[in-house]
Amino acid sequence: MSARIRLATALLVSLFAVRAGAADEQIIQVSAKNFMFTPASITVKAGTTVTWVNLDEEPHTVFSDAGLFRSSALDTKEDFSFKFEKAGTYHYMCTIHPRMLGTVVVE
Amino acid sequence: MTDDSLDSPSRRRALGCLAYGGAGTLFVLAGGVFTPLDLAAAAADADRRLGRPLFVQLSDTHIGFNKDANPDVSATLTRAIDLVNAMPEAPALLIHTGDITHLSRPAEFDLAQQLFSRINTPELHTVPGEHDTSDATVSEYFSRFGKASNNKGYYSFDHAGVHFIALVNVLNFKPGGLGTLGADQLEWVENDLKGRSASTPIVVFAHMPLWSVYEPWGWGTGDAPQLMAYLRRFGSVTVLNGHIHQIVQKVEGNVTFHTARSTAYPQPAAGVGEGPGPLKVPADQLAGVLGISSVSLLTHPRSLALADRTLA
Repeated sequence: MSARIRLATALLVSLFAVRAGAADEQIIQVSAKNFMFTPASITVKAGTTVTWVNLDEEPHTVFSDAGLFRSSALDTKEDFSFKFEKAGTYHYMCTIHPRMLGTVVVE
Repeated sequence: MTDDSLDSPSRRRALGCLAYGGAGTLFVLAGGVFTPLDLAAAAADADRRLGRPLFVQLSDTHIGFNKDANPDVSATLTRAIDLVNAMPEAPALLIHTGDITHLSRPAEFDLAQQLFSRINTPELHTVPGEHDTSDATVSEYFSRFGKASNNKGYYSFDHAGVHFIALVNVLNFKPGGLGTLGADQLEWVENDLKGRSASTPIVVFAHMPLWSVYEPWGWGTGDAPQLMAYLRRFGSVTVLNGHIHQIVQKVEGNVTFHTARSTAYPQPAAGVGEGPGPLKVPADQLAGVLGISSVSLLTHPRSLALADRTLA
């Protein structure tokens, strides 16, 4: 079944990095401290819903430069999900902090 | 600055307002040259020694922000508006250089407009910041402020013989960081300026700096050099931005670049610390990270005799 991947924006990297526990849920760190989604690239299976959670005090957006998805501004602890149906490589960025770049590879 | 009126009671009251939050920047036309002037000083300028006010710039009001760096941004904006309304002569224009809101939420825009409605200034001109266009449909800003530009965001107008150009550099971000004007907007600017006399004073305003303040933090606009090529022939060009929540100024030939303070919270100086963002300072140190910029027009009417000092 679809894995649920959570991408978290975290100011305190070490605090949240260990929460990747349950088999069906993985929290992938996104560090806003260095203005980077961390990891910058993840690989998931087709049908996976990816959820980005903003754990930063600054708002962030998740914006597909191919126009596939676009979140509204996520305030602290707000999240955004998108289900990746088709295989491919999807680049995304934060429109408020456009140096924050990420990639989702769907197999 | 040599002016010792800093010790006057009215000046101290004005500084007290600034110490609480940012204020705004007033621009006066002195000998044909625009001169940025600290708003608090202008409010205290009862005898109008500082010139005739033409417009006030407010920026980065971030209505909706509620974190530690300033839990009450409405209060600090209200104080800035009070300063504008206390000016001996109301300026004809108020220019907001973006980040009106923090999260592009309808309630934030509604509150901002409600606060702006108290301003005595007849005209309000805006450009969006990236925080104003962060709703998924990028529609909240344009549904409220898009009329002046037919929803393009960029537009121009004339006032008192001065040509004003409002530009948008927060849409079409290039991955990697800098703001972008884009080919369509640049072509529009070229046509807008075509045939205008070089003696027409020009004011250009946009949210992100239109020159490279600090590229590692995205504090610049990638295709601004093309814009500057169109502006260079004019005798007086003033380029106003916000975004970085602090005053940075540069003069290059006939072009003066000036970024404004926020009314919401300060940001670190370029390259200081991990990155840009709200700068949290203890309340008793706030005065030390905010500051005033004053211009002594009595002694240097044609030059940007800008004096910066902290409020500590």
